[in-house]
Amino acid sequence: MSVTATPKSPQGQHQLATTQEQKLFTHALNLLTETPAPSGGGFEAPTIAEFFPAPVLFEGTSFEINRIMLIRLLITALIILFFTLWASRAQKATKSGQIVPSKFQLIGEIALNFVRKSIAHEQLGEKDGDRFLPLLTTIFFIVVGMNFTGIIPLLNIAGTSVIGLPLVLALVAYFTFIYAGVKKHGGHFFTAALFPAGVPPVFYILVTPIEFLSTFILRPVTLALRLMMNMIAGHLLLVLCFSATSFFLFENQSLVALFGAGTFAFGFVFTLFEILVAFLQAYVFTLLTTVYIQLALADEH
Amino acid sequence: MLSTILVAAAEAPAENPLLPKLPDILWSSVVFAILLVFFWTKVLPNLKKSLDARTEAIEGRLEAAEQAQAEAAAKTANIEVEQASARAEAASIREAARADGASILAEMKEQAATEAARLVATAKAQIEAERQAALVSLRAEVGSLAIDLASNVVGTSLQNDKIAAGVVDQFLADLEAGEKAGKKN
Repeated sequence: MSVTATPKSPQGQHQLATTQEQKLFTHALNLLTETPAPSGGGFEAPTIAEFFPAPVLFEGTSFEINRIMLIRLLITALIILFFTLWASRAQKATKSGQIVPSKFQLIGEIALNFVRKSIAHEQLGEKDGDRFLPLLTTIFFIVVGMNFTGIIPLLNIAGTSVIGLPLVLALVAYFTFIYAGVKKHGGHFFTAALFPAGVPPVFYILVTPIEFLSTFILRPVTLALRLMMNMIAGHLLLVLCFSATSFFLFENQSLVALFGAGTFAFGFVFTLFEILVAFLQAYVFTLLTTVYIQLALADEH
Repeated sequence: MLSTILVAAAEAPAENPLLPKLPDILWSSVVFAILLVFFWTKVLPNLKKSLDARTEAIEGRLEAAEQAQAEAAAKTANIEVEQASARAEAASIREAARADGASILAEMKEQAATEAARLVATAKAQIEAERQAALVSLRAEVGSLAIDLASNVVGTSLQNDKIAAGVVDQFLADLEAGEKAGKKN
């Protein structure tokens, strides 16, 4: 899932490549179909512009809302709805002294306990785990919820596939682990992080910049980019598979339409794969945040 | 496929997905803040409360079950003690009954023995009395018979009663003496 498909070269070069590639592609398709592709329709490749849809509300203001922002707000509302229902059920059950949880209650508990036990308590222990639990829970459910919109019909794009949300979460994780370290060790946190013990002083010339780069710059950057790139790549793959399916099935009359079945199967498999990725990326993001906090709290610092 | 993506990316007006836009950041922060407050103040306290309540309830029930078990065990022990004492009582009663029975039997035996002895003594006395009576009557009869016989044999010489009685007595005494001597022999 490593996608580094970010246009960085000058525009003109790409334009050239574009026309060339398109020519090649149409040519190849023509060879395959042996009939000229209809000039009006044709294959629509997914573009990075998919992630920058036109604004629908408050256009021109700082609170401009486009499709993806709407999806984020929708998921926020859904998370709040689900857990409000869950909380009221839990309250009722606690008040009435009912010990056996209902199925709905159990689903919520399993989800919350996953973060609480498998991530927070496992890495930080019960005391510190519970301290940072609200943050970790929020990060996990935001990421998992926003990731899943990538495969939900009609939404079809992950809320985390635009840099804003991953960046905000990564910065929160960044400041949280720095806060955790400073609260516990004071200024010694920075010196211990930059000048690791047991290294001969001469090597600090080499080690300190590396440590600074890896701890204070690369951590938030990798957190944000890993998540966003996974979601962008997943979305582009799905769009590619399904628009190819559509192209093969509806723009061709000959046997070549059968290719559509193949691309559809690919699209189906990648959709399943995206479910895994959605969950896995949420887990990885939350776990790494926890590990960073744990490293900041560790006594070796 | 990658080249297609690249091509597609290049086709679009220059949008760099790495550069965040202000609305994106603002809405992301809003979403994060709302959900953080929500989870912090509403969801997690509820989770903790319901888990605590459950733990408490389960512990309480386990305790109650343990207590019930202890009670049952105590009851069983009581019953066993009662049973043992009842058994002991029954055994002692049985033992006493057996002793009573033995003493009654002994008493009865004794009574029977004395009764038997008394009967024997009475019978012996009676027999002795009858023997004496028989002896007396026999003596008289035998005397008269012997006299009759002797007078018939001897005739007239022995008409005198006094002499006759003396002779008979002498005879009987001799007879007895002979009898005793015979017994001794």
